[in-house]
Amino acid sequence: MSLEFVFDLLLALAIIWSAWRSLSASRLDLAIVMFIVFGLLMALAWARLSASDIGLAEAAIGAGLTGALLLDAYGALKRRET
Amino acid sequence: MKRLLVVLGAACFVVLLIGAMLDLAPAGIALHAAVSANLPSSGVEHPVTAVLLNFRGYDTLLEIAVLLLALIVILAVGIDSTTDVRPAASPVLQALARLAAPLMIVVAVYLLWAGAFRPGGAFQAGAVLAAAAVLLHLAELLPGWQSPGARLRLGLAGGFLIFLAVGAGLLFQGALLEYPPEQAGWMILLIESGLTVSLGLILAGLFLLLSRDDGDRS
Amino acid sequence: MSAGLLFASVGVILFALGAAGVLLIGHLLRRILAFNVMGSGAFLVLVGLAQRNGIADPVPQAMVLTGIVVAVAATALALALVRRLYALTGKIELPQDDEG
Repeated sequence: MSLEFVFDLLLALAIIWSAWRSLSASRLDLAIVMFIVFGLLMALAWARLSASDIGLAEAAIGAGLTGALLLDAYGALKRRET
Repeated sequence: MKRLLVVLGAACFVVLLIGAMLDLAPAGIALHAAVSANLPSSGVEHPVTAVLLNFRGYDTLLEIAVLLLALIVILAVGIDSTTDVRPAASPVLQALARLAAPLMIVVAVYLLWAGAFRPGGAFQAGAVLAAAAVLLHLAELLPGWQSPGARLRLGLAGGFLIFLAVGAGLLFQGALLEYPPEQAGWMILLIESGLTVSLGLILAGLFLLLSRDDGDRS
Repeated sequence: MSAGLLFASVGVILFALGAAGVLLIGHLLRRILAFNVMGSGAFLVLVGLAQRNGIADPVPQAMVLTGIVVAVAATALALALVRRLYALTGKIELPQDDEG
């Protein structure tokens, strides 16, 4: 059980946990923030898989732009409610 | 009842698939070896860029077309908005955005150039450009987009058109998107530059076209 | 278990999590979140399984790069439709048939 495998295992557990929390959070803004965390952890996973191009794209597009789009939509929904 | 069925089904699916994956025989095809063998004639030195822009360039052409299509559909869906009613951003944020935006453009150009030699390329560069645009918008320095004008439309469609033009030009000399090996390097750079600008504009547009929605629907 | 196989297993779990979320969650914004989790799981399976021997393979990496960009475009379009639906009807869930 090398150190690399322990790191990979911890990263895997963190990814699954953040995805679960994103889908099961009761507050919607918390769910979106956990989704951004999930995206950044995925970027780490891509780095572990020697896929740096995908890691760059996931961090910028998957976590960053998608998170911004979701938060903007959440803000628009909240503005309409009031 | 439905919840229980779906959860049980998902759990069975996970167990069966992981069990099958653990039992897989070694792969019969080694694509990475084929890519490495053909890398010198592809025009770039980074295998992922070579696959993306040369060996499977057709997929990238269709991908940029799909992105353009998504943007056009978002324009068609439309939003209801009258004016921007956000409170003004703080001057500290504006100063920071003014400082960061030119740096982000430099980083984007570097990523575009570095894509030929190390991880990078048109998609990452376009994403950084879009992030700069979103940052400027959130700091109130860039207004949201309404209906794109002529220059913006040219920028949005330009990458796809350049790619299509290069591909069509090559069609007359042989197969679709089969670059001649001596000229493949600068052709890929040309296509990637067009893709970067277009992709940055399209990704920024995905955000900026919707962000003028201020919630006033009568 | 190599890193590739471990992350492929994570991808399977994420895919199942996302699929269950899409089927069970009614709130449309959360359903988009679940759909994105599903997509990320599929990408992990694609690359992890190809690299289960530890050698980096550029072909599935290029495919996943394409997939991430298309996924963000699909998410943006889905969000535009959800916002439009909310503006027109005031509801954030699709109308249900009266069964089950």
